[in-house]
Amino acid sequence: MATITDVICPFCGTLCDDIEVVVNGSKIESARHACKIGNSKFLSINDIPRPIKPLIRENGASREASIDEAIAKAAEILSNSKRALLFGWSSTSCEATAVGIEIAEEIGGLIDGTTTVCHGPTVMAVQYVGLPSVTLGEIKNRADLVIYWGANPMHAHPRHLSRYSIFPRGYFRERGQQDRELIVVDVRKTDTAKIANHFIQVEFGKDYELLSALRMIVNGGELEEEEVAGVPKEKIIELADKMMNCQFGILFFGMGLTMSPGKHRNIDNAISLVKNLNRHTKFSIMPMRGHWNVTGFGEVMTWQTGYPFAVDFSRGYARYNPGETSANDVLQREEVDAVLVVASDPVAHFPRKSVAHLARVPMITIAPHHSLTTELSEIFIPSSMVGIEEEGTAYRMDTVPLFTRKVIDPPQGVLSDVEILKRILEKIREMR
Amino acid sequence: MSLEVKLITGRTLHQGASMERLGKESEEYTKSVAVCEMDPADMEKLGVKEGDIVKVATDSGEVFLWAAKSRQAPHEGTIFIPMGPWANALVDAGTNSTGMPDFKGVKARVEPAPEGKVLNAVELVREIYGYNY
Repeated sequence: MATITDVICPFCGTLCDDIEVVVNGSKIESARHACKIGNSKFLSINDIPRPIKPLIRENGASREASIDEAIAKAAEILSNSKRALLFGWSSTSCEATAVGIEIAEEIGGLIDGTTTVCHGPTVMAVQYVGLPSVTLGEIKNRADLVIYWGANPMHAHPRHLSRYSIFPRGYFRERGQQDRELIVVDVRKTDTAKIANHFIQVEFGKDYELLSALRMIVNGGELEEEEVAGVPKEKIIELADKMMNCQFGILFFGMGLTMSPGKHRNIDNAISLVKNLNRHTKFSIMPMRGHWNVTGFGEVMTWQTGYPFAVDFSRGYARYNPGETSANDVLQREEVDAVLVVASDPVAHFPRKSVAHLARVPMITIAPHHSLTTELSEIFIPSSMVGIEEEGTAYRMDTVPLFTRKVIDPPQGVLSDVEILKRILEKIREMR
Repeated sequence: MSLEVKLITGRTLHQGASMERLGKESEEYTKSVAVCEMDPADMEKLGVKEGDIVKVATDSGEVFLWAAKSRQAPHEGTIFIPMGPWANALVDAGTNSTGMPDFKGVKARVEPAPEGKVLNAVELVREIYGYNY
């Protein structure tokens, strides 16, 4: 048995880097320090059957194929497509995304990531108004006021509070939780709200109004209404006072803002509130990026194409127009004639109308396990798990890049995402 | 008897853990995700108890789920379904030109459905989408 320390968890955007993995031959005995979800991901190596050989669906049945045949057939589908969508990327490495972008450019396809169904609106808002942000380390050492708005880290980022925001002792917060105040704004009294010092229950879809009311007070205006978004005036004034009078504040926000009516305009308003607060004190804001390396996907996309997600190469150059070139829009307009999915499961996580089109077109999936997307795929190429069976670069939610560790060998014959994608690209280039 | 509600979807600890540990074909995943978390007051109005089967319908479709008493109440008039194929079968089409579907705030109707059957993820995908061959 061997213990590998400082392993980076490959589940959520917190990228906890203190995991101790105990390996016994080809099994993982335990993943110390990991949360329930992270632990499940490491131990899945022992429990979920791993497909080794690619599967090709023909004449109503699946058959095993060689890796060479699967790669050649995938390359043929992509090369012959007029408008292919390359989707996923959040559970793989930046190195794999880089090759994916090359494929999209080569075939004149569209490339989009899970950003489009999590913090796409955040990215759009950042393009309007910027992002006064910090690293998680600074928050740990300095923050005395922590706000989670439309985010429930007790479920989605279980160690976020204990590693960075509330519980840890920091350089300037020696008593940890006692030196900090936690405020939760949400439509439900979530498990995170239950441990907060203050909970503010906002009416569904009214976050924009509440943010505007706070901005008005922070900018010296007077609130005339007795209640905004279901929150009494005095509670809003109290919240604004707490924000203006803290030493170092941080506003974390999640899907409660990005997926609710207003979407990117909610985020625009939240960022603008934080900018206004900086006239009074030091305040920062950070999106709670969920899917593991979704931040890295955006970074690689930006440095290679100039745009963070939803890029269309069909005109021979990169075009970006969310709402037109984003995955769900092109699927629901039924424009796409082939799909490559890497490290993602859109059949489980896209709306019905988008999945209906995924079911109609040839789909190639590269992933470590069977999933609902592989159920509907014409070609399924099994790959190794980045962060467990493969090294690679991933970005934490605060855009800090970390190089992930390999703790165990992949099953014999199973290639990495990078290698599979490189071979598909090579084959496409041979065909053109 | 049915109830008009707003549907919100999202991550839960059990959804994440069951998906990662045993996969979406597992019974644990179905038990964690094919649930409709309701405010106790709404459950009383409908006369449903924890574990009863309810039908949730939107303009996009309908699914059968197990009713679950919300541990994150109060949120009367709002139901929560963990992210996954059941919730997404109910999410409306369109993104209002943002690229982001309306995963939260979908208008929905809930009603008791003692005769309904809760499908597992694979059965659900097969029933709704079939195969492409």
